[in-house]
Amino acid sequence: MNIIEKILARASGREEVSPGEIVEASIDVAMIHDLTGPLAIKSFQKIGAKKVWNNQRIVIILDHIVPASSVKSAESHKVVRNFAEEQKIDNFYDVGQGGVCHQVMAEKGHVRPGDLIVGADSHTCTYGALGAFATGIGSTEMAAVFVTGTLWFKVPEVIKVNVTGRFQNFVTPKDLILNIIGQIRADGAIYDGIEFAGSTIQNMRIDGRMVLCNMTVEMGAKTGIIVPNETTLNYVKSRTDKPFKPVKSDLDATYKKNLEVDVTDLEPQVSCPHSVDDVKPISEVDGVEVDQAFIGSCTNGRLEDLRLAAKLMEGRKVSKRVRLLVTPASQEVYLEALKEGLIKTFLEAGAIVCNPTCGPCLGGHLGLLAPGETCISSSNRNFVGRMGSPKAYVYLASPATVAVSAVTGKISNPRLLKEAKKIDDLWKNH
Amino acid sequence: MTIYGKTIKFGDNIDTDVILPGQYLLLIDPTELAKHAMKGLDPTFTRKIQDGAIIVAGKNFGCGSSREQAPLALKHAGVKCVLAESFARIFYRNSITIGLPVLRCFGISSKVEEGDELVVDLRAGEVENKSKNLVLKATQLPKFIMEILDDGGLIEHLRRRIKSE
Repeated sequence: MNIIEKILARASGREEVSPGEIVEASIDVAMIHDLTGPLAIKSFQKIGAKKVWNNQRIVIILDHIVPASSVKSAESHKVVRNFAEEQKIDNFYDVGQGGVCHQVMAEKGHVRPGDLIVGADSHTCTYGALGAFATGIGSTEMAAVFVTGTLWFKVPEVIKVNVTGRFQNFVTPKDLILNIIGQIRADGAIYDGIEFAGSTIQNMRIDGRMVLCNMTVEMGAKTGIIVPNETTLNYVKSRTDKPFKPVKSDLDATYKKNLEVDVTDLEPQVSCPHSVDDVKPISEVDGVEVDQAFIGSCTNGRLEDLRLAAKLMEGRKVSKRVRLLVTPASQEVYLEALKEGLIKTFLEAGAIVCNPTCGPCLGGHLGLLAPGETCISSSNRNFVGRMGSPKAYVYLASPATVAVSAVTGKISNPRLLKEAKKIDDLWKNH
Repeated sequence: MTIYGKTIKFGDNIDTDVILPGQYLLLIDPTELAKHAMKGLDPTFTRKIQDGAIIVAGKNFGCGSSREQAPLALKHAGVKCVLAESFARIFYRNSITIGLPVLRCFGISSKVEEGDELVVDLRAGEVENKSKNLVLKATQLPKFIMEILDDGGLIEHLRRRIKSE
């Protein structure tokens, strides 16, 4: 069996499972946030349940529209806050205590290898970076989990993506996943799992692995996953004392298909409006003028991303025609970035540094776009209306590409910067 | 369960951000949500479907976020059923959960036009195009999913289960 089959078999109390089978599995951890939470709570109450199945296995994080931007969003926070108190849910991260849910889940040790995790958010698939099987579900299904602690799953077929080669400087895991999405397309992995393997993945740090797994949903995948290695175990052990049981794919595991990717010659990639799978090498889109640039989100708001962006912006100014928004993914990331002087670099360059939130990425809060405007963003979706007006344009790229484009005022290749060679070692072994 | 309606047609990769834009996610009342259904793509949509309609779409309908508000908005705007070449996973599960029938039907986008009158037999997994005199085979829903739809959604389904226990 592969890693996904093994986790689903364990969670459903079976010796073995195979693709296509429907199993009822026990949930290890369940997560809601401020936009999907209120509906889950409403459904929970409608079902007529009084107590959640296990208040230690539920995590609640306020992140999508924080701090409240309107009376309505304040009300949604209140609903969730009251529920956490009433159900004695200790793992509740209020405004100022956590940050973007997927980052907080990993940082606070709620993601452990071998676990089965559901979240009422499509990017829950991010946790596969730590060897857990994690997938997004809707609010009412989450209510059912809160009541029963179980959920049905169809055992997915799995696509194995084997990645080899060393990245060129300023080419990042974001460029890799955009390239893969361009190949597999937006509907190419519907209901499938995606397992990333190969030497490049083995050498990749956790931040980068999270980028890869995070965006698997943009191909329709149920989840992305990486078999844990030493890097994973060190990370998880530094985050939690709770025991866990890592699982790996058998050598004779079966896959729906194998995809080989060599990153040696990969150039920075850009996903063009209005579809995530409309991916082009940067040489085909450079020069497009931008009005706004955004560095943040559950895809690329981590420390590694901010370090890279700050390095490229040091001593430079954001173009007069551009607004640059930076939102660190969590309080921890923010604090660390502050200690390292990265926040100072952004501010001196003329960026606005916002609190950790999902806001700009989903056009919910902060930095919405006007009709006709163009944004280059390190986030994950460029659908019509995603970041504001349905008449705005969103290009997706790595934090390096976004940072350099914010400075030049148009989509620009970070590899063409004169200084690129001087800061070689920053991106080494990545 | 048999469903009748006129077709409203969409293309491939219709995402949840156009089905229900992010700025309306704070709305809790389904009739309020319904007013904004498909706003990102077709502002006239809610007027078009006053008498109820069946959506016919291409590949990957409902891709994107996990927002249950997307199928809720469609259902309460008057959409009786969605037929597509394929569905994004979370949207598919959410639709069943809230009691909006969804059927996968290969080749449907080339055999149905906007305005065609359809009759959908959910249990049999069959779609009849009255306007073109055609019968199309859809993927039949498993028994446990039909039970959820028969109960009107997962909430009612669970309430029954809790009662019978």
